[in-house]
Amino acid sequence: MINIKNLHKSFGELEVLKGINLEIEKGKVIVMIGPSGSGKTTFLRCLNLLEIPNAGTIEIDGKVMDFNQKKLNKKSIVDFRSLTGMVFQNYNLFPHKTALENVMEGPVIVKKISKEHAREKAVKLLTKVGLADKVNYYPHQLSGGQQQRVGIARAMGIEPKVMLFDEPTSALDPELVGEVLRVMKDLAQEGMTMVVVTHEMRFAREAADEIIFFDQGVIMERGVPEEIFTNPKEERTKRFLERIQ
Amino acid sequence: MFLLSNVLMDPARAEELLSLAGSSLLPMLKGAITYTIPLSLITFAIGIILAVLTALARLSSIKVLNWIARFYVSIIRGTPLLVQLFIIFYGLPNLGLTINPLPSAIIGFSLSVGAYSSEIIRAAILSIPKGQWEAGFSIGMTYTQSLKRIILPQAARVSIPPLSNSFISLIKDTSLASLVLVSELFRKAQEIASTSYEFLLLYTEAAIIYWVICTILSFIQGRLETRLERYVTK
Repeated sequence: MINIKNLHKSFGELEVLKGINLEIEKGKVIVMIGPSGSGKTTFLRCLNLLEIPNAGTIEIDGKVMDFNQKKLNKKSIVDFRSLTGMVFQNYNLFPHKTALENVMEGPVIVKKISKEHAREKAVKLLTKVGLADKVNYYPHQLSGGQQQRVGIARAMGIEPKVMLFDEPTSALDPELVGEVLRVMKDLAQEGMTMVVVTHEMRFAREAADEIIFFDQGVIMERGVPEEIFTNPKEERTKRFLERIQ
Repeated sequence: MFLLSNVLMDPARAEELLSLAGSSLLPMLKGAITYTIPLSLITFAIGIILAVLTALARLSSIKVLNWIARFYVSIIRGTPLLVQLFIIFYGLPNLGLTINPLPSAIIGFSLSVGAYSSEIIRAAILSIPKGQWEAGFSIGMTYTQSLKRIILPQAARVSIPPLSNSFISLIKDTSLASLVLVSELFRKAQEIASTSYEFLLLYTEAAIIYWVICTILSFIQGRLETRLERYVTK
């Protein structure tokens, strides 16, 4: 489903991603962990081209973006982006639109689906994330957990092949984390391919097919949760896990 | 004070002034309704379009556009509005380009509104968090779609108070159009004053009419702000 080869990204002098190679199979849930500044969020943002890598290739669902060539076509960037749905740490809902309008926006404006059809679909998605009774609420009328669930529904609205989560629960009050993780687990069970950057180790343990440990711009270690959490090979992984647990 | 004591001591004079105030009100209101207000509205509409384009050019990564926008803003902001109006109305005929009073005023004021408001709109666009652009991009929107659907509606809310301010300034500035022969409110006052010599009365009357118009606008501004703020946390 996803195939990444030799991905490099620098911000000025600072090299954030130092040649990432990664293959992800369809329907897998990948959780990326690592210290802050290790490059995991940048990596995720590269997957939907919010950051444009300096070198390497990304293939998603058979479509390839080659960053080794000089100039990228704007339309190809926009098209490639719709292959993935992004859930942001700070939700980034559109404050001037209701929950329903937030979810409808992509289908109506980008996919050019009729409003009635899009509305029907959006209501279904919002029902799925447990917000059937909040469709006409504006973001500021919703709790953080509810806003993030709208964020997930909005990302699902464009029918992405892969869902990307950038620390989706980091901005939430502790008691609201559970409702968002539950929605994410439901998605995982339905067979959605997911790449999740998170500090929620319980979620990583319970829902991930594979854990990837990022450190200093490279993938330091990868493996099934059981293995990484109980018997990490790398010293750095061990130390990171000790510190956060 | 002089006028006041003069009037208090002389009932005939008081009546004369009252009658002049009454008879001049209609021509002045006519000047306001046929010129001052339409001139302000048309100019503001054109000016805002210019301002948005200029703001976008300033924010653009295309160097030439950026440079043109900066030059335009610099010229307009760095020279007096009255001088600009005179160049358009009295100056351009020397090049064989004669523009009637009203179109001259519309051009001059629009350019002015466009330049000043472009800075307001640029600041408003920049005040919208980057995450809003990214959210637009992440659901597959292009730059233009994100701008139109996500950024500008939010920037509009931010820019309502300063733009209302510009509009009120503009209404008052339109009195300068009297000097390029547009028979707006203040020109009417001048015309009547030049025959009656009642300068204080007529110019005060004109001032009051401007004040009433601006007060009404401030009220509308308040309503508009409340409406646009319905989706914002208080």
